[in-house]
Amino acid sequence: MTTTTGSPYAPGRVIHDETVPARAAWSAVVPKGRLLTITDLQGKQAADFLLYDAHDTSVRYSAPDTIQAQANIFLTTGSVLMSNEHTSLMTVVEDTCKRHDTIGGACSKESNTLRYGHHTWSQHACVENFLAEGSKHGLGKRDLVSNINWYMNVPVEKDGTLGIVDGLSAPGLKVVLRAETDVIALLSNCPQINNPCNGFAPTALQMTITEPDEG
Amino acid sequence: MATDSATASAYGARDHARAQEGTKVDTMPVLPASSWPTPPEAVAAEDLVWAETVAGGNYTHKVLGRGHELRLTDLTGDACAHLLLYSADRPWERLNTADTVKVLWNAYLGEGHLLLSDQGRVLASITEDTSGRHDALTGTSTLAHNTARYGDGTPQSDSPAGRELFKLAALKNGLAARDIPPSLSFFQGVRIAGDGSTEFTGSAGAGTSVTLRAEQDVTVLVANVAHPLDPRPTYTCGPLEVLAYRARPTAPADALWNANPESSRAFHNTADHLTARGIA
Repeated sequence: MTTTTGSPYAPGRVIHDETVPARAAWSAVVPKGRLLTITDLQGKQAADFLLYDAHDTSVRYSAPDTIQAQANIFLTTGSVLMSNEHTSLMTVVEDTCKRHDTIGGACSKESNTLRYGHHTWSQHACVENFLAEGSKHGLGKRDLVSNINWYMNVPVEKDGTLGIVDGLSAPGLKVVLRAETDVIALLSNCPQINNPCNGFAPTALQMTITEPDEG
Repeated sequence: MATDSATASAYGARDHARAQEGTKVDTMPVLPASSWPTPPEAVAAEDLVWAETVAGGNYTHKVLGRGHELRLTDLTGDACAHLLLYSADRPWERLNTADTVKVLWNAYLGEGHLLLSDQGRVLASITEDTSGRHDALTGTSTLAHNTARYGDGTPQSDSPAGRELFKLAALKNGLAARDIPPSLSFFQGVRIAGDGSTEFTGSAGAGTSVTLRAEQDVTVLVANVAHPLDPRPTYTCGPLEVLAYRARPTAPADALWNANPESSRAFHNTADHLTARGIA
């Protein structure tokens, strides 16, 4: 048993600890009560993230319900990640970056052709990661919905203009999520190189699951 | 069994049912659509393919052919048309609200905005909008939300939730709960402040309309339910007029096709798909 106290992980017994290389996918079942820490090891790295109720995957993260519940499009400490049935899936219990996105969704090869041009077609994208990793849990194309982008900065101007702008994240910043029910967490370490969401150079993320100490 | 009731026999029950013939109510579909008394300006009555008034707290759905236009009208200022679109024969391709706002660089829907699928193609374009009060970010209501707000959210209640009605509409089209992605809504506005907070701006008033043009064959699901951010303590939702008529899809020479680089590429992707299938 390894007990850590302090950064980069949430305190408690480490159940799972894995470095997700740049551009790669990751997933895990996080049981109720456990903590998932997502650490931006080198800074300015978007972490595309989806959640499913582990016992009924038709219940999954809903960006609209999350925005409704907190009346704000940005996520930070205290934000509850809501399902499409308006139930709690996870809660942000710690956040040292304080700016994360709910509205930009994932990059895909298809949307890249619209945003940048058809020359990007051979580039890897988050939807590829979500499909490949989700299929390990029986999830498919129909199960992909608008996701969270940890560490991504998407402001909305007065006239509605929105865009992915330079991120506010820095090396070692972390987000700690508490599972409110048993969830499947799906991550795409964003491979995008056509906008500043990864500082134009994708880097690794650390994914750590801990069992909080009693009391 | 002898009785005086008019519906005691099959003959009587048949007569009783048939006596309803010709009954008209304010919220109902009108068939044939061409018999709708007031077609939109410049639309011939015989070109109407769908004419219906949807009650507040109700839903409707239709498969619309490519090039047809769909005009939604908020008759009283209290309608809220929650919308989902699917590629008609390949429903795993569907509305993607995130791509719709991100690719077009704008969170607010309005004339000229394209409703994009997850495959980088156009499902429908917004060709006209006299309301300007819409929402692509906060979705629709749920059973849990409406039960907490109004005491009930089931379809048969006085305060049906949008997701519950979308489930029914989806199921009738061979789809299921997992096929219901985030939806968008028309006629009750939401704006985002600089700090990211949501602001409900409500209705632009009675009689405003939004016209969508189907850019490929689409399955349309509409739930007309109170907006989830509507602050009024009582569930309030007015009737929604739904008219669709024959028109033509956006063509390369049209201003909309070339409105900006992203839209142009979306139309090219759509045409590429349809051309390969031998459709266009």
